Amino acid sequence: MSTRRLRMPAEAGTAAWFFLAPALLLIGVFFFLPVAAALLLSVTDFDLYGIASPGNTRFIGLRNYTRLLNTPDFWTALRNTFYFAFVGGPLTIAAALGAALLLSSKLVRFKGFFRTVYFTPFVTTLVAVAIVWRYLYHTRYGLFNFGLAKLGIGPIDWLGDPHWAMPAIILMAVWKGFGYNMLIFIAGLQSIPEELYDAAEIDGAGPFRRFFNITLPMLAPTLVFVAVITMIGYFQLFAEPYVMTQGGPLRSTTSVVLLMYEEGFRWWRMGYAAAIAFVLFLVILLATLVQFRLQKERA
Amino acid sequence: MSPVRESVMQSARRRDNMVRVLLYSLLLIGAALALLPMVWMVSASLMPSGEASTYPPHFFPSRVTFAHYADLFTRLNLGRYLLNSAFVALVVTISSLAINSMAGYAFAKLRFRGRERLFRVLSTGLVLPVQVAMLPLFLLMKNLGLINTYWGVIIPGMASIFGIFLVRQYALAIPDEMLDAARVDGASEFRIFWSIVVPGIVPILATLSIWTFLATWNDFMWPLIVLSDESHYTLPVALANLSGEHAQDTELMMAGSVLTVIPVMLVFLFLQRYYIQGVMAGSVKG
Repeated sequence: MSTRRLRMPAEAGTAAWFFLAPALLLIGVFFFLPVAAALLLSVTDFDLYGIASPGNTRFIGLRNYTRLLNTPDFWTALRNTFYFAFVGGPLTIAAALGAALLLSSKLVRFKGFFRTVYFTPFVTTLVAVAIVWRYLYHTRYGLFNFGLAKLGIGPIDWLGDPHWAMPAIILMAVWKGFGYNMLIFIAGLQSIPEELYDAAEIDGAGPFRRFFNITLPMLAPTLVFVAVITMIGYFQLFAEPYVMTQGGPLRSTTSVVLLMYEEGFRWWRMGYAAAIAFVLFLVILLATLVQFRLQKERA
Repeated sequence: MSPVRESVMQSARRRDNMVRVLLYSLLLIGAALALLPMVWMVSASLMPSGEASTYPPHFFPSRVTFAHYADLFTRLNLGRYLLNSAFVALVVTISSLAINSMAGYAFAKLRFRGRERLFRVLSTGLVLPVQVAMLPLFLLMKNLGLINTYWGVIIPGMASIFGIFLVRQYALAIPDEMLDAARVDGASEFRIFWSIVVPGIVPILATLSIWTFLATWNDFMWPLIVLSDESHYTLPVALANLSGEHAQDTELMMAGSVLTVIPVMLVFLFLQRYYIQGVMAGSVKG
């Protein structure tokens, strides 16, 4: 050990910076710098005229933010995003946990096959499957309404009815995303010691008691991790409404990121859009902190 | 064996069998639901025009036709988008392999001042949503003349914090003694990296390359922003664009979706062991 410390310093230290330089340069210039610049951008009125000539840009303090808070469209987008994250997130997690429990049963074989099948939607291209689902949701020719009709349920205008558009997008997101969380749950379940279940069984605990008294508490850290990454991902909802509904009908599926995209890259109100982006960041940060706090309180 | 014990075991076995039937039914229903949209996508892409828009819906084509695929390549330039996507994804994958593996190794095994602090700063980047960077990044790219070029898409993807994490985690297991022995023998630091470190971290490099390739291939928002000229579109951008113009051509759109999804699906199915390793590595780190 001591010889290494003696010989390590100068040369390896210089080498380290050579190894790090490309990555740090790229991440610094093309990620951290833009993030910092976004904060500056959000306190200016940078718009189409600013793009033409930066001299047209003025510092306007927090006016973008106050304007944002007084714009109904922003609150609609925020509400839609919360709806997606807080309904879609738990549903995705529930589906993932259910699938993981099924696949962890000792009575089941062909686990690898089912695991692959369930995970496949996750690797597919979001834009492509969003287009596929748009047709599945077709009011007249779609398979969804065909199946529902067989059950005697009348046609639903999935993507054309403001009440159904977000549930339709959530359903697709659950389908596409649950496999990822499932894998993480399977790993979490495998790490629970078998003896706990054996002991509980001897004490006469049924499957439900075992689930609530052993599985769930032992899985809590995994659950928090999964909840955090799922929420972070879901707050960034964009491609689904962009492709399936263009944010409609009646803006019922306009998300915060979609609003940012429209304001920033369609109308070129970049200062204003940067403020939207920062609110998104704050929301994600807050949600993450809350979930870690909840975890700590439980422990 | 006593008759009582035999009957107890028999009833346990019967109960197991019933549970098994229940579990398999649920698993099969789940599998059917997971696959149904994909199967329908392929099926509809092979239907004659108009057949996917009939009532009651057909699940299988009455007659198999590849006309829509031909149409995509001859009339709608899909070959071009396919090449664009492949080029962008490959260049990003190769450069991210080189850049992230070097940085990950340096964080894991080389000692330098401020290492821990630098690593902590980098970690904060993981909670920053990429969308926050996009507006200024667009302006930066515009100033560099990279809007509407492949490089505008490629450069921001060449290094990734997640990739560095992945490699670092794995490289930590390389024994220091091995590196030191090479140093005593007078090997240069680069030589050590190339002939000792790289062979030792091949599995995680496989994971990293598959993750990067799939993520780049599937990426939508940034390419949509940067690429304005059709000839530069990647597949997802082209597909979203086509789906606006050709919304009525269900079968054509399904063929386009199939061509977009098939390459990533093949990569995943053949290399899923490595891909899944990435999921696990991500979750262990927290």
